[in-house]
Amino acid sequence: MAFELPVERWTSAVNTVTIGATAAQGGTRSSVVTVGGDSSLPFLSFEGKTPNRPVIAMEVLDTPPKEWPGPMEEAVGDVSGDPAAWAKKCVEEFGAEMICLRLVGAHPDQGNRSAQECAQTVKSVLGAVGVPLIIWGCGQADKDNEIIPRCSEVAAGENCLLGTATQDNYRTITAACMADGHKLITEAPMDINIQKQVNILVSEMGMDLARVVMYQVTGGLGYGMEYAYSIMERTRLAALSGDRMLSMPMLALIGSECWKVKEARTPQEAAPEWGPEAERGVAWEATTATCFLNAGTHIAVMWHPRAVAAVRDTIDALMPKEA
Amino acid sequence: MYAIGERINGMFKDVGAAIRDRNPEPIQRLAKAQIAAGAQALDVNVGPASADPLGAMEWLVKTIREVTDAPLAIDTTKPDVMRRGLELAGPGSIINSTKGDQAQLDIFIPMAIEHDASLIALTIDENGIPRDASGRGEIALRVVAAAMEKGLPTDRLMIDAVILPVNVTQATPGHVLEAIRNVKLLCEPPPKTVLGLSNVSQGTTQRRLLNRTYLVMALAAGLDAAILDVEDREMMDAMIAAEVLMNRAVYADDFLKAYRS
Repeated sequence: MAFELPVERWTSAVNTVTIGATAAQGGTRSSVVTVGGDSSLPFLSFEGKTPNRPVIAMEVLDTPPKEWPGPMEEAVGDVSGDPAAWAKKCVEEFGAEMICLRLVGAHPDQGNRSAQECAQTVKSVLGAVGVPLIIWGCGQADKDNEIIPRCSEVAAGENCLLGTATQDNYRTITAACMADGHKLITEAPMDINIQKQVNILVSEMGMDLARVVMYQVTGGLGYGMEYAYSIMERTRLAALSGDRMLSMPMLALIGSECWKVKEARTPQEAAPEWGPEAERGVAWEATTATCFLNAGTHIAVMWHPRAVAAVRDTIDALMPKEA
Repeated sequence: MYAIGERINGMFKDVGAAIRDRNPEPIQRLAKAQIAAGAQALDVNVGPASADPLGAMEWLVKTIREVTDAPLAIDTTKPDVMRRGLELAGPGSIINSTKGDQAQLDIFIPMAIEHDASLIALTIDENGIPRDASGRGEIALRVVAAAMEKGLPTDRLMIDAVILPVNVTQATPGHVLEAIRNVKLLCEPPPKTVLGLSNVSQGTTQRRLLNRTYLVMALAAGLDAAILDVEDREMMDAMIAAEVLMNRAVYADDFLKAYRS
C-alpha cells in the first residue's frame, strides 16, 4: 500500500516582518531582511509555504565580556572592545545578515553607561555596517526606559528592531518604536500566556502587531532548550490556527545562552574527557540553533562564526526547494 | 466557535418592517453590529410572512453586501430562493438548511457543491424530529453518506441536531449533546456541528441564562458553530471563556480583549 502523507490544513500564517530601511525607504541600510509569512510548521513544504529564510543575526556587545571563552576570544577578541569594528567584522568576514547590538554596559551593575553613550554606540554601529540592526536594552527596566528612547531617536527611520517590551515594562519602548518607525520585540519569561498578554498590551497602545517580533526567552541545549522549544512550537500552532495575538515571527538568543554553560566554557585541561574546547562551544551553539529553527525561530541571534556558518548550511538544507 | 449572527430574520419586527419597506438602514446597521460583536457569518432569513420571498432575499443579500463581505447563511426552505441567495452572496456561503430526507438532500447537496457552499443539515426527516440521540445520529449518518456519494467534502457539512425549547421537551437538550458527540465519530474528516441556539429558551422567562448555559454545555460536547444572538455580551464572554478552558485558545489575562481585537 502506498504511504499517504498526513497533511494538516492550516487556516492562517505567521506575520511577515521587514527590518531595516534602505535610502529609498527612508533609512541608510544597504540591505533589509524579511522574516515570517510561514503557513505551516517549520519547513514542512508539503503543508504550506516558507516564503522567507530564517536569518542569522550576530551579537555585538557594547562592553566586552570580562571572561571570554577561549574560542570566542580567538574569533572576535581583537575587536570586542569596539562595537563598530566588531559589527563590521561580523558582517564582512562572517556574513551576518543582521547585527544584534546588546547594550549590556548600561546596566547599573555592569558599567551604568549613560543614554548618551548608548546612543553614540548605536550611531557608530549604524555607520559601520549596512545590515539592519537589533537594538537591545540592558534588561533593567528603569535604565532601559532611559536609554531606549535615545537610541531609538538616533536610529529613527532605520526600521530597527527594538527590545524588549515586557508585561511589566512596555510603555516607553513601545512609544519609542511607534514614534521613530521601528519594529518591537515583546518578551515573556518562557510563558506563552504572558507572551500573549504582552502582545495584547502593546496592541492596546496602538502598536501594529504586524510590526512585532516575539522573544520567548531561550535556553541552551541541556538548559531549558526543550521547554523553550515546546513553547515556540505551541506558539506557531496558535499562529497557524488564527490566533492574531501570537502570530508574530520569533527570535531566539542562542549564542549568549550557549556560551555561558560549562560544557561550552570549560577548558580541555579541566575536562579532558569532553574533548577539545575549540569544538565544543561551537557544536553546542550550532545544535541549539538547529533545534530552535525547527521549533519556529525566524531570527537566530548567534555568537561564534563557525557555528554561524554551520547553521547557515543547515538553513540551506532545511529550506524547501522551489519546485 | 464559529458564530453566525441570527438577527437578520424577518421574524423580528424591525427586520420584517425593513424588508417590507425596503429600508436598508436597519439591515445594514444589524449586519455591522453583529460583525463588531463577533459574528463570523450572518444568517439571512426573509421571515415566514414575506409575500415575495425571492424578491425579499435578493434585496436582503444585496443590501448586506453593500456593508460586509462576511459569509452569509442563506436561511430558507425554498430551493429557488436558496439558489438566488447563494448566487448573490458568493462562494463560501452557508446553505441553511436541508433536512435529512433523500428528496431534499438530492437538491441541496449538489447546490452546495455548485456554489462552493457549506451545508447545514437538520436531523429531521420525513418522520419529523427524532425523539432521542440515536435517531438524530441515524439521520446524520444518512446525510454524511449522501455527501460522500455526491462528492461534498464532509467537513463542509454542518449537522444541526435540532434543539427544542426546554419548556416543551426537557429531555431534548441532553439528547442533542449526545448527538453532537456522536456526529464527530461518523467519518473523517468529521462533519461540523451547529445549533440554532436561541430555540432552547424559546418561551421561557430566563432566555439569556439558558442560552449561555446551554452554549457552554454544547461547546464542551464538541459544538463547532452556533446561530445565536452575538450581541448578548455575557453569552459571548461565556463562549470565549469556554474556548480557553477547552484549550482551543491560548490563555492570556486579557483573553476577552484578545478575542475581540
